[in-house]
Amino acid sequence: MTRAVFSPAGQSAAESSPEVDMSTSLGSLELPAPVLTASGCAAAGRELDQFFDITELGGIVTKSVMLQPRSGRATPRMAETPSGMLNSIGLQGPGIDQFIEKDLAWLEQRGARTIVSIAGSNVDEYSKLAQKLRNVPGIAGIEVNISCPNVENRGLVFACHPDSASSVIQAVRRFSDPKMPILAKLSPDVTDIAEIAHSVVRAGATGISVMNTTLGMVINTDTMRPALAGVTGGLSGPAIRPIAVRCVWQIRKALPDIPILGMGGIRTGQDAFQFILAGASAVSVGTVVFNDPSAPIRIQHELAQQLADHGFSRLSDAVSYAHRSADVEILDVDEVEIEVE
Amino acid sequence: MSNPLQIRGEVLDVKRAGSYFVISLTAPGIPETTRPGHFLNIGIGGEESSMLLRRSFAIHQVQMRGMYGGTLDIVVGVNGSGSQWLSERRRHDPLSIVGPLGRPFVLPKEKVSCVLVGGGYGSAPLFMLAEQLRERGCRVDVVLGASTEEKLFGTLHIKRLATTLTITTDDGSSGTQGRVTDVLPEIMEKSDSAVVYACGPMGMLAAVAAVASEKRAHSQCSVEESMACGIGVCMTCVLPVIGDDGVTRMVRSCVEGPVFRGDRVRWSDIGTVPADTWGAPVEGGH
Repeated sequence: MTRAVFSPAGQSAAESSPEVDMSTSLGSLELPAPVLTASGCAAAGRELDQFFDITELGGIVTKSVMLQPRSGRATPRMAETPSGMLNSIGLQGPGIDQFIEKDLAWLEQRGARTIVSIAGSNVDEYSKLAQKLRNVPGIAGIEVNISCPNVENRGLVFACHPDSASSVIQAVRRFSDPKMPILAKLSPDVTDIAEIAHSVVRAGATGISVMNTTLGMVINTDTMRPALAGVTGGLSGPAIRPIAVRCVWQIRKALPDIPILGMGGIRTGQDAFQFILAGASAVSVGTVVFNDPSAPIRIQHELAQQLADHGFSRLSDAVSYAHRSADVEILDVDEVEIEVE
Repeated sequence: MSNPLQIRGEVLDVKRAGSYFVISLTAPGIPETTRPGHFLNIGIGGEESSMLLRRSFAIHQVQMRGMYGGTLDIVVGVNGSGSQWLSERRRHDPLSIVGPLGRPFVLPKEKVSCVLVGGGYGSAPLFMLAEQLRERGCRVDVVLGASTEEKLFGTLHIKRLATTLTITTDDGSSGTQGRVTDVLPEIMEKSDSAVVYACGPMGMLAAVAAVASEKRAHSQCSVEESMACGIGVCMTCVLPVIGDDGVTRMVRSCVEGPVFRGDRVRWSDIGTVPADTWGAPVEGGH
């Protein structure tokens, strides 16, 4: 496995100041770099590859794919909100067969590390999706989207109940290659996110992706009706970042050893650094891509700079560093014991 | 087709034009690959802005060379806080620009007669188009319409590029009182036009496409859908369009459009997912 070393932003490798080892892992999923795209904000990588080399990222998390082709909801599907946006796309997509044939094949040929996000309407659909993906080359991991707020029955977000969350993960685990990393993507719209995290880990998830959008609503004051055709939608963007950092923190506290892929409103390397310090081993960049198409690679470079500025020579040393006990203070990072790892 | 560029441009000039603002920008590298009908999008409010979504504008004019290298013009109608911010930019203000984006107008191979129809500042992309059609030896008749005179854009300028110019306003403050489609059939008959190009509000495009179909002419319509990303990843700007295989799909107007064949867009179904759409919900909604 190659270990990519990133020089801080704006400098060539030759003249770089302290180089930071940015390699990381999410359990058995080894990544040369810690920034990935967030599901639903990068399609299947092809469009963003026009703006930067997607193989330089830790990976591409593809838009959640379902078993069958899906038209998605009617428009309007989007409303801008302060430092964020509300969306109600309804999981538009080509269905798993065409996804494997076209999108996945392209990603593999392109040399990107691909985490395939899957979504189903019921446990059986998740099982079938896992079966379809079994033995397909070019998949580094599976992210199980059990938290999309834009599903038929909004009362049935799997990630909102420990039992339904765990039955989906169990099914995906059973039908997937035993060595395949499986990340469960959780919703913040729960009373106790640690309880949900416990249940998906017991069911066989090898890591947690947190968080999905949080359910919101906007009324259009011109039409005096809901702004979205789907009435409610998922809120994303920097507005929700503190909620996401809190979720990462709580899950890290409850489950000291489970790998976390953190996401929610990351706009800069400094934002990503918060997630790493809170306990994420890698981060996904989502909505900010709409503002800056090259944001993922920019953030990856800025994160390297943040780490260097704070005296870290390895990203892995910074993971969960905010959880250190009060008497541990940073003098020489190499000698500091990390409380959680 | 070449890739869109993400660049930092600079404001050269902001001019008022009736109800609108014409903003001239330096945009190194973009004019060279811009074709009529392409658009670009602009980041609003700077890097820390709470307005996250870029605003999209049709490219109005381009200049390859000059004192500032490649420059271009866009036309902005102020209808929200994002466009308000843009209209308040001054010379030398930096702007984040991504473009050229989308699929441009398709130009005819033969020297056929063409009608160009613009609604409000939807006329913006028609200037470059008129120039290129004239260079090909096409007859170019132009129809511009708006609710009222000050909402027309570029009537004096486009007159120089057009074989004929016809103006309509809803209130009769300029030209013929009525809609562009009130005058379009007669213009098409007189000029024996084979192609209609249109840009403007959805309702106007639907009506223009219907007239073109009736006259057995080809139509190319540039749609205005609200977009979050403009580059094909967010899936918000979709509309129902019939493909070459006869199947209706919810397609992205940013990358598969904004220019569509008028006879392929299911105009009256915009804002819905027609039941026979590829992947439409079988029962209930989703």
